[in-house]
Amino acid sequence: MATAERYVGGGVLRKEDPKLLTGEATFVESITPPGTLYLSVVRSPHASARVRNVDVAAALEAPGVVAAFNGQDLAEEWAAALPMAWPVTEDIKHPDHWPVAKDSVCFAGDGVAVVLATNRNAAKDAADLVEVEYEVRESVTAIEDALADGAPLVHEAFGSNECYTWALANGDVEATFAGADVVVRERYVHPRLVPNAMEPRAVVVQPVASAGEFTMWSTTQVPHVARVTLALTLGIPESKLRVIAPDVGGGFGSKLNVYAEEALCLALARRLGRPVKWVAERSEDYLATIHGRDLIQDIELAATAGGTILGYRVRLLANMGAYLQLVTPGIPLLGAFVYCGSYGGQAYSLECTGVFTNTTPTDAYRGAGRPEATYAIERAIDTLGREVGLDPVEVRRRNFLPAGDNVPSPGGLVYDSTDYAGTLQRALDLLDHDEVRAEQAARRESGDTRQIGIGFSSYMEMCGLAPSQVLASLNYGAGGWDAATVRLLPTGKVEVVTGSSPHGQGHVTSWSQITADALGVPIDDVSVLHGDTAVAPLGMDTYGSRSLSVGGVALHLACGRVIDKAQKIAAHLLEVAPDDLEFESGAFSVKGVPDRSKMIQETAFAAWTAHSLPEGEEPGLEATYVYDPPNFTFPFGTHICVVEVDTETGAVDIARYVAVDDCGHVINPQIVDGQIHGGIAQGIAAALFEEAIYDDTGTLQTSSMMNYLVPSAAELPSFELDRTVTPSTTNEMGVKGIGEAGTIAAAPAVINAVVDALWHLGVRDVGMPATPERVWRAIQEAERGGSR
Amino acid sequence: MPMRQISVTVNGIHHEASVEPRTLLVYLLREHLGLTGTNVGCDTSSCGTCTVLMDGESVKSCTVLAVQADGRELTTIEGLAADGEWHAMQRAFHEQHGLQCGYCTPGMILAAVSYLEENPGASEAEIRHALEGNLCRCTGYHNIVKAVAAAADAMKSGATRSAATP
Repeated sequence: MATAERYVGGGVLRKEDPKLLTGEATFVESITPPGTLYLSVVRSPHASARVRNVDVAAALEAPGVVAAFNGQDLAEEWAAALPMAWPVTEDIKHPDHWPVAKDSVCFAGDGVAVVLATNRNAAKDAADLVEVEYEVRESVTAIEDALADGAPLVHEAFGSNECYTWALANGDVEATFAGADVVVRERYVHPRLVPNAMEPRAVVVQPVASAGEFTMWSTTQVPHVARVTLALTLGIPESKLRVIAPDVGGGFGSKLNVYAEEALCLALARRLGRPVKWVAERSEDYLATIHGRDLIQDIELAATAGGTILGYRVRLLANMGAYLQLVTPGIPLLGAFVYCGSYGGQAYSLECTGVFTNTTPTDAYRGAGRPEATYAIERAIDTLGREVGLDPVEVRRRNFLPAGDNVPSPGGLVYDSTDYAGTLQRALDLLDHDEVRAEQAARRESGDTRQIGIGFSSYMEMCGLAPSQVLASLNYGAGGWDAATVRLLPTGKVEVVTGSSPHGQGHVTSWSQITADALGVPIDDVSVLHGDTAVAPLGMDTYGSRSLSVGGVALHLACGRVIDKAQKIAAHLLEVAPDDLEFESGAFSVKGVPDRSKMIQETAFAAWTAHSLPEGEEPGLEATYVYDPPNFTFPFGTHICVVEVDTETGAVDIARYVAVDDCGHVINPQIVDGQIHGGIAQGIAAALFEEAIYDDTGTLQTSSMMNYLVPSAAELPSFELDRTVTPSTTNEMGVKGIGEAGTIAAAPAVINAVVDALWHLGVRDVGMPATPERVWRAIQEAERGGSR
Repeated sequence: MPMRQISVTVNGIHHEASVEPRTLLVYLLREHLGLTGTNVGCDTSSCGTCTVLMDGESVKSCTVLAVQADGRELTTIEGLAADGEWHAMQRAFHEQHGLQCGYCTPGMILAAVSYLEENPGASEAEIRHALEGNLCRCTGYHNIVKAVAAAADAMKSGATRSAATP
């Protein structure tokens, strides 16, 4: 019965796969209760307009249509506006955001009416019959345009487009810069990105009208957060709302939100007493699901003549979009503490202004603030190196924080564990750096039209949200804990209930590995339940690379509690004291008398029958642990990208991509590598391919996969991965998050490589995405002496 | 709207259906026949999520009208395993961790199966090029490409289907 097999760290194939490989998965779109009405949302084509009149009469006459409403019709449904959980300053401007606009629209895609019909096509057809009278206003989509004098106001009542300004300072920044030998000043612009989880968003709500109860299936990363917040928006008692995230097809932050369509399906199911279903088409998703990035950075480094960084000064302008979604204002803050990256210094300041524009709201997209911060410091340190005559390797080595535990940073954090020089060295070895540099020199010498560049990114990041007290200090509206329950069933099988809510990360497998090792049971005996507030009522969900380092640690600790209780029961059954027992591979055995033992499964049966339990012990064998981490975790690594740039066409090919990451102890190496692969791909995509573009009227030009380049296999290389293991001191498992690291690391490695390839031609910067046109223009400008 | 009668064979089973002429093949499969293993990822024929086999060739089922499938043989992800044995491509995706959220996986697998029948000895570069019509946002394609190459090796040695699911 027992097994001595160790699953953690081993090659365990994913338990999630079989249903996904055979078409048996249950994504939200596949859920259609009898009597379902299909919801279609009529959306504004205008970026800014007063809504004079919305007439749904013609739609109501259309075949199959059951109901249609405008924003005024639905006004009484809302007990509160849509939730925003992160008011970063006391004086933040926070516009009411209604699921359907009542009298004005603020971006192209804002809902103005809804149509419900008995089938999908009928709902869509009838939506075209809704007549809306708009009084179109001037709009503004770009950050600096929105801050200019006389700019059109996104929300007139605020009198300006500034949402908030938030600041952070450590040390004497002014004196540090005044006394520096060298000051590097750089400006970087991060294009707006569309997250593009492969599964478009969808919602189904089934009411039990007589009981006032609702079950909502949603493509969400955050069923628990959705339940709390939607209960408040709808005025439904939280206890009457069950939220289920079934199989969810990727999120990357875009499903870390609470959306208008979730509120609408609930309100309409309540109003009509029938199930209501909404499924986004991809082009609708481009308008109605949050976007990411869209940030302008001014970063300054103060340094000695020898290239040692003394101080950091950062100014950010962040595009909020038209409304504040769940955590929109806080996204820049997630990067605000790490503009110093892996490096030291004595002074640090950052100021961030959030700006409203007539665009789709921004919010968390993979990395959320930290890819932006990492890009700035990893690009700027290359510039510093060039100013003082150090190559990218040496300028990093000179500035790395020391290897060790609990290392204070210039940004005011304490990094759990560090060994930055270690990953850099490993990556250099993997690359065979000297050989690639020699090839680069040869091609420069010969004037080859395919020039080589090497780009570095010795990133670190902060993840594993988060100590609740730290979140409180940042004015965040919730805690950062998570929960796990471990339950031994009478037959000895194990149920794990987790508050994490996976959508591709493989938690069922990793959590099974942790549990099977802790309890000494076969991995196939462990089931993992998640993503349903009726089954897993306690949880804070999955985002910010938090699941393992918070939810997984909660599981580890819950296993400990179960073992403690089982040990007391085993001792009682064996008629010894608990301290006389030792526990290994699922067996409690009397020290020195290994024949006298009880398996943990036997204690589970005894706990169920309750025929003979220690005095005062409750029946049943289960335990819950709610874990609030004492610190973030800080994974790190070095990524090196080698590009070949065609100097005649501007085309960039990635020739090599080497990544050495350190996320502490690894539960499932295959899953960790997979997270890194996918993360790198999204970072490369930002660097080379993706950019959401609005035209002058506020229309999203890149409004589908036809004109927004999500890279395919043909655009991407294979990746060369390795890792070092520096255990976290934040938690007793020594683990760190890895879900976002690849994305955080990759973009600066790619762009540093492109700039390196063209430096000798006079190119000093290439913006993202480094499309062939943009690269070609940079080369042409440099030849004309026009590059800065 | 006038309805059209069509007959299709899906995964070896004959079906008759009455559909609107504008009905897309993917919705015939999902909504008329209840085969929800085929997912929909876009509305522009860009992502390949909905890929199925029609008379053995991969098609994007959001780009084919149901009436165009009249009289055809279709294979969906539900029909790829046979007699309880996975196709080598399914096994390779599992073993190589070629899927994360799994939403693109049915289409990716069927596109790859179809391609390897055309080019059983495909190189990595050829596999990458062949799959450019199928998007994945999770894996960075690294392990998908490995999986297709591993399946190619298995299929070359005659093991198109292999032992039961794990």
